[in-house]
Amino acid sequence: MTTARAAAIVLGKELRLEFRTRELLTATVIFALVVVVLFSFAFDPTAAESRRYGPGLLWIAFLFAGSLMLNPSFAREQNNETLDALRMAPISSFAILLGKILANLIFMSLAELVLVPVFAVLYNLSLAGIVWRLILVLVLGTLGLTVTGTVFSAVSAHARMRELLLPLLLLPLLTPLLIAAVESTAGLFAEQPALDRTWLAFLAGFDIVFLTASWLLCDHLLEE
Amino acid sequence: MKARLAITALVALLIFCAGYAALFIAPDEATMHAIQRIFYFHVASWNAMFCAFFVAFYASVAYLVTGKRKWDALGVSGVEVGVICCTIGLITGPLWARPVWGIWWTWDAKLTSTFILWLLFIAYLLLRGLVEDPEKKASLSAIFAIFASLDIPLVYLANRLWRTQHPQPVIAGGQGSGLDPVMSKVLLLCLFAIFCVMILVLVDRYRLELLRNEAAELKFEIESRGLDAAEGATTPALQKGGL
Repeated sequence: MTTARAAAIVLGKELRLEFRTRELLTATVIFALVVVVLFSFAFDPTAAESRRYGPGLLWIAFLFAGSLMLNPSFAREQNNETLDALRMAPISSFAILLGKILANLIFMSLAELVLVPVFAVLYNLSLAGIVWRLILVLVLGTLGLTVTGTVFSAVSAHARMRELLLPLLLLPLLTPLLIAAVESTAGLFAEQPALDRTWLAFLAGFDIVFLTASWLLCDHLLEE
Repeated sequence: MKARLAITALVALLIFCAGYAALFIAPDEATMHAIQRIFYFHVASWNAMFCAFFVAFYASVAYLVTGKRKWDALGVSGVEVGVICCTIGLITGPLWARPVWGIWWTWDAKLTSTFILWLLFIAYLLLRGLVEDPEKKASLSAIFAIFASLDIPLVYLANRLWRTQHPQPVIAGGQGSGLDPVMSKVLLLCLFAIFCVMILVLVDRYRLELLRNEAAELKFEIESRGLDAAEGATTPALQKGGL
């Protein structure tokens, strides 16, 4: 079986599992909304200030939500000891990891699909004319978040206090991604919307570096 | 044992000489005066930190390739010593910055990158503390160390593109850079002295980790033998009782 086919099967299993209950998605969206609302209480931004701080807030909300949402990705397998069954299947370990990364990418993107319009309404930001460029930034940023997050979810699954450990491992690592994503989103929300190619290339570079590292290290990551 | 004592004494002498040279031999800096002297140890601790983290990165890759426990021991030693050097750098930096820049801290590229570096390797140590199984602990922390090391150039690049306030490199930093010849000799001495201290501590920490591993293995063996002995003692008794 090719890696792509195996990854697609793992992806299908992850999606089926999630859409039976949709609990992870609901919790993620609500959590990110709570962060967005709390921010408006803490800083009470004017229209000009929301334009300035909005992109940062949006990405902070995504990163916090992601660091919580990605935790069950492997912890769930650990609880039911189903990871052993997955490993016994005649597929490469990268296929398992890739399937999970893609599933988490879809979950995060769905959450963002709900959150971004709500955010735009709450902070009076216009999405008209920048939708496609914003989607490009969101996809590149979210891919970086889910690749590293899924790998670290497999790491923290073996530890005590894993819910607390995952953000501790993940958030410092994501600072370059945060800077690049915020800067490129801020460019889009500015008076004259413009997409900064340097930051976009940086985001793509981040994704490539960590996707390659995950591919090289996945055998060690999932071994028993 | 004697050789180690001799080496430790030698390094102690070296660090004393470096301290003396930095405080009394190096010429006074034109604008910053005495405050500038912290630079000899600040730069030297960064240098030692990068070497220690490089050792940790190399050992982590070597552990994943070979699977030998000694590389894991070297990896954790490198990270611990690196974190100590990093902490020294993060303390001496603000001490210098307060009188010179007028602020303790600024979110500049180098400062921010180092702070993130420190946080990442503290997270590494936390991770090791929270995983029970020794094999898992070794492989997972090696994976994390590799990810963290890959992240460092990205953190630096991102911050560099963003903003920077730290003094530009004074050595080989382009036009107008360069040190007084006496200063550069003192700096070299300090770099070497701190580097030797780092290596000394690293080697001792590595030995300690190996001893800890050995102790844990022996303890495990005693426990399993103890269980065997207990089973051996109870089984015949049961058989007798059965007969």
